[in-house]
Amino acid sequence: MIATLLSPRFLRNALPALSLTVLLLAIFQLQPRTMSYFGLNLLLNLALPIAFATIAQMCIITVNDLDLGIGSYVGLVAAIGATWLNETPLLGVAALLGCILIYAALGALIHLRNLPSIVVTLGMSFVWLGMALLVLPTPGGTVPGWIRAIMTLKTPFLPFTIYAAVAVGVIVHFGLMRSAYGTVLRGAGGNPRSVARAGWSLLRTKVTMFALAGFFGMLSGLSLIGLTTSADANIALRYTLLSIAGVILGGGEFVGGRISPIGAVIGAMTLTLAASFLTFLRLPPDWQIGAQGGILIVVLAFRAVINRAEARR
Amino acid sequence: MAAARTAARLATRLLERPWLWAFAAAFLVWLATIIFTKGQGGGEILSAALAFGTFSVIVGIGQMYVITLGPGNVDLSIPATMTFAGAASMKIMATQDSMIVVGLLIALACGAAIGVFNYGLIRLMRIPPIIATLSSSFVFQSAAIAYGRGIKIKPPPSLADFTTARIAGFPILAICTVILALVMTVVLHKTVYGRSVIAIGQNARAAKLSGIAVDFTRFVTYVMCATLAGLCGFVLSGFSGGASLNMGAEFLLASIAVVVIGGTSVAGGFANIPGLWGAALFMFLLVTMLNTFGLGAGIRLVMTGLIIITVITVAGGKSTDR
Amino acid sequence: MSEADRSIVRLDGVEKHFGAVRALTGVDLSVAPGECLGLVGHNGAGKSTLMNVLAGIFGPDQGSITVRGVDSTAGYTVAAAKQQGVRCVFQELSLCPNLTVAENARVMHPALKGFGWRRRAAELIARKLDEVFPGHGIASREIVGDLSIAKRQMVEIARAFTVTEAPADLVILDEPTSSLDSVVAEQLLAFVRHHVAAGGACILISHLLGEVLSTADRIVVLRDGAVVDVRPAADFTRDSLVSAMGSVAEGGVADGDGFTSKRRGGSPKVRARPAGRTTGPELVAHAGEIVGLAGLAGHGQTDMLIQLHSARRKASASLQVDGPVSLVAGDRQTDGIFPLWSIAGNITIRSIRHMLHHALIDADAEQEMARRWQQRIGIRTPDVNNNILSLSGGNQQKALFARALASDAEIVLMDDPMRGVDVGTKQEVYGIIRDEAANGRTFVWYTTEMDELKHCDHVYVFRDGGIVADLARDEMTEEKLLHSSFEAA
Repeated sequence: MIATLLSPRFLRNALPALSLTVLLLAIFQLQPRTMSYFGLNLLLNLALPIAFATIAQMCIITVNDLDLGIGSYVGLVAAIGATWLNETPLLGVAALLGCILIYAALGALIHLRNLPSIVVTLGMSFVWLGMALLVLPTPGGTVPGWIRAIMTLKTPFLPFTIYAAVAVGVIVHFGLMRSAYGTVLRGAGGNPRSVARAGWSLLRTKVTMFALAGFFGMLSGLSLIGLTTSADANIALRYTLLSIAGVILGGGEFVGGRISPIGAVIGAMTLTLAASFLTFLRLPPDWQIGAQGGILIVVLAFRAVINRAEARR
Repeated sequence: MAAARTAARLATRLLERPWLWAFAAAFLVWLATIIFTKGQGGGEILSAALAFGTFSVIVGIGQMYVITLGPGNVDLSIPATMTFAGAASMKIMATQDSMIVVGLLIALACGAAIGVFNYGLIRLMRIPPIIATLSSSFVFQSAAIAYGRGIKIKPPPSLADFTTARIAGFPILAICTVILALVMTVVLHKTVYGRSVIAIGQNARAAKLSGIAVDFTRFVTYVMCATLAGLCGFVLSGFSGGASLNMGAEFLLASIAVVVIGGTSVAGGFANIPGLWGAALFMFLLVTMLNTFGLGAGIRLVMTGLIIITVITVAGGKSTDR
Repeated sequence: MSEADRSIVRLDGVEKHFGAVRALTGVDLSVAPGECLGLVGHNGAGKSTLMNVLAGIFGPDQGSITVRGVDSTAGYTVAAAKQQGVRCVFQELSLCPNLTVAENARVMHPALKGFGWRRRAAELIARKLDEVFPGHGIASREIVGDLSIAKRQMVEIARAFTVTEAPADLVILDEPTSSLDSVVAEQLLAFVRHHVAAGGACILISHLLGEVLSTADRIVVLRDGAVVDVRPAADFTRDSLVSAMGSVAEGGVADGDGFTSKRRGGSPKVRARPAGRTTGPELVAHAGEIVGLAGLAGHGQTDMLIQLHSARRKASASLQVDGPVSLVAGDRQTDGIFPLWSIAGNITIRSIRHMLHHALIDADAEQEMARRWQQRIGIRTPDVNNNILSLSGGNQQKALFARALASDAEIVLMDDPMRGVDVGTKQEVYGIIRDEAANGRTFVWYTTEMDELKHCDHVYVFRDGGIVADLARDEMTEEKLLHSSFEAA
């Protein structure tokens, strides 16, 4: 039993949940009042948009690519959400669907021309940001009431964010980890040649994953404006780096299709909490992102130690 | 007859130089701008382009060396390094001219230390470079914020004068950076280190089997890139009247963009320093042109993005399996 | 019913070329249901090319493929082969390491989908594993990347025999026992007999002749891309099989005449034992010697060379290398060439450290070295400043030789460098190697070509990562080499 608990594989899988628990306990210790409905709501308020962005990034990482434009894409969605979607809902929906189509097309372009995804998505980050500025030149806009209503839902026992985050993790887990086609999608990240030899189209897997990323990025933007009530093209630029960090914190690997949707959600929550943690430590908020980076490094260091222990066996 | 053939060969040779495209594009954009303004301010625009392009070129050189190491190599900590080095050096100099040399050394040392830290994460903890430089950028960005206390720290007056001085319309800083670029070109092509970088980027395994010190070369490259970012943070603080906390922000994308547009291969193994200048001028002039045309920031950004994607789609494709 | 109609797959006069290299030169082959066909041959005989043709990965340049009596040459793709019930277990593992055992079964079977597919996939693969390897100890929910190499191979083999929609009539196994222990290997061979008895068919490719003799019904011997012998397994003995693989008439590989050992006095330049071995023969090379590494491809020769190449930094009791080393890569594209550089750049990269002038590389010295070696080794190009890829394969290889020989290396390692090189070039390079050896350089030469071993003073035969024979030139025969390459005598 103890041997299982100490086995590298178990430790590696438990690491994301473990780091979240440790952080949460530390916060409860420092400020017992957070152990309440409102306390948790305050702590995890912004976790949901980050979780969606992290899931989007994870979809891209599954097929061995990286999205450096997701942050500005979330900003564009936020801008569309706070303008067109409110004023002319049909145009808003069409624009959002168009964005997802562009994502799918990016996947096809990267696959067919064998391009480095970093550069393509970096270029797209300019495009998304520019489009967001065109849609919404100055911060503001009005968020459709229904989005606001969903995001401020009063749920029993625990804040809405927690239910929603769990639901997202579980749904994506079933979609990617348990479903039949999800298996092929991950296989395409693990050993593309073997998947192609088994008769699957690699173009289709890549387009699917990029379209999914576009979809979850859209959810990220919409849930974000539901909380902030107004939008700004630059609102989510930090999400690019946060989402990558969230995937890695959640136990995902950079290459090889090794991902964990539930881990990614946990990673996103850990990053959100890390920011709040400092406030309770009475450290200046300046150290917020530093703490996020520090946690990332510590967790990766643990993982390196575990992997080495495994290699030695 | 022979002369015509020589000219033709020269023309083909030139066309094979990818940096030429960046300069040609920069020239066309400049031309379009001054045609629009009916010849007004052409010189000033060029001078401004040189001054602002300088900073992209300084960090671009470091990023280019890193990217040339091959797929997966990129330094995302450049903005944090710039901010940190800028804030630390400005604070230590405390606007005293006598401290400028100390401040410069501090900025360079900050950069070098961050580079060592980055490579430590990459090598010792086996973290992919993107994640390693990303996480260290979080830490150092915060450190800079905490250290700088959110105030814009003024540079010593002499430094501010030096970074904004011009000789016959040419910014002194740009002249220095041209010299830096020349030196780095020589380093790239004429030293064992530079050759090693290019060799590793083309074929890391073959490089190792040819007796190249792969680990050492990678170490030097990451440290050098961060040191240049430190230098850029120092001069940019002088140029823009102090170290501010988001002064590095735009240079993450800019450093990669000038490398790609300048004709360096993203797949590694082929680097191009003149192209950095062409690309930096082009990026600045493009913004100027679109401003002159009265187009907003939105169109400008969309154009920039589409140009990067077009360049990589046209130039890429034949890249390696990764 | 004629023999032809009964066969699952029949090849007639199949030829396959790769550039100038003729990998298959007219192969006739047929496999019938209820038959296990053994396929043996030495390095470069065309075994893997043949297997790739059967799997639908390479289309043949000439000849026809008939499946169940129907000519299917056109459109015989990977998918078609799979549809027709032809399965392959390749030597390099082709599972997805990030997926579980059951999920890997799913990737191969599109039919495994819908509600409850995980359970069905797990049952499918578990049942087959139980059937092939009783007591295997592999859970179908384990991640493949966490399994040992042997277990991965077991999963891959079992997966090839699983059936959902398309049948598994003909399963081709390429060295399936290479990483299995003897008990598990026996289980596999017993299952192959069982599969065949139930009306299936197998092609078994193996370097363990005992395995082939005991399991196969018929044995096909390949040599130089052609079938040289087909007989029922019972008509072969180990010795007759070995002699069928070699060129029987010629007898000895090397003429022992005039062989004088260079091993009198003086300490050796190289002394090494394969990694992970603490006992057994050592590889020894003296100054001026050409030492050959023989045996089947992939049995530890390249690892030995890499070990020697990095030895200067990590010398140990079992590894001594005395003097600078350089390596001539065999796999030019992945190990040797810098594709964006000129011929000169490719030649001088190993030596630039010694041509510095005020810390900068002296361009004149570089040009001089490149020109000198272009002359010396006969690289056919108008200008050494042309791109390396402007050269033919053989001349690219010469540039790699020039890189190693122009350096200060006293010990030159060669990793089967003559792959795909034309005969004329080979002869020129052999001459240069002999001259350089006469000047005191030491060569350690891994080669898959029997003919090249006759240039060696000493030959070490590798099998399964270790040295199994140490033959001096005067005692070396092809028979001895084949015997020790294929099985312990």
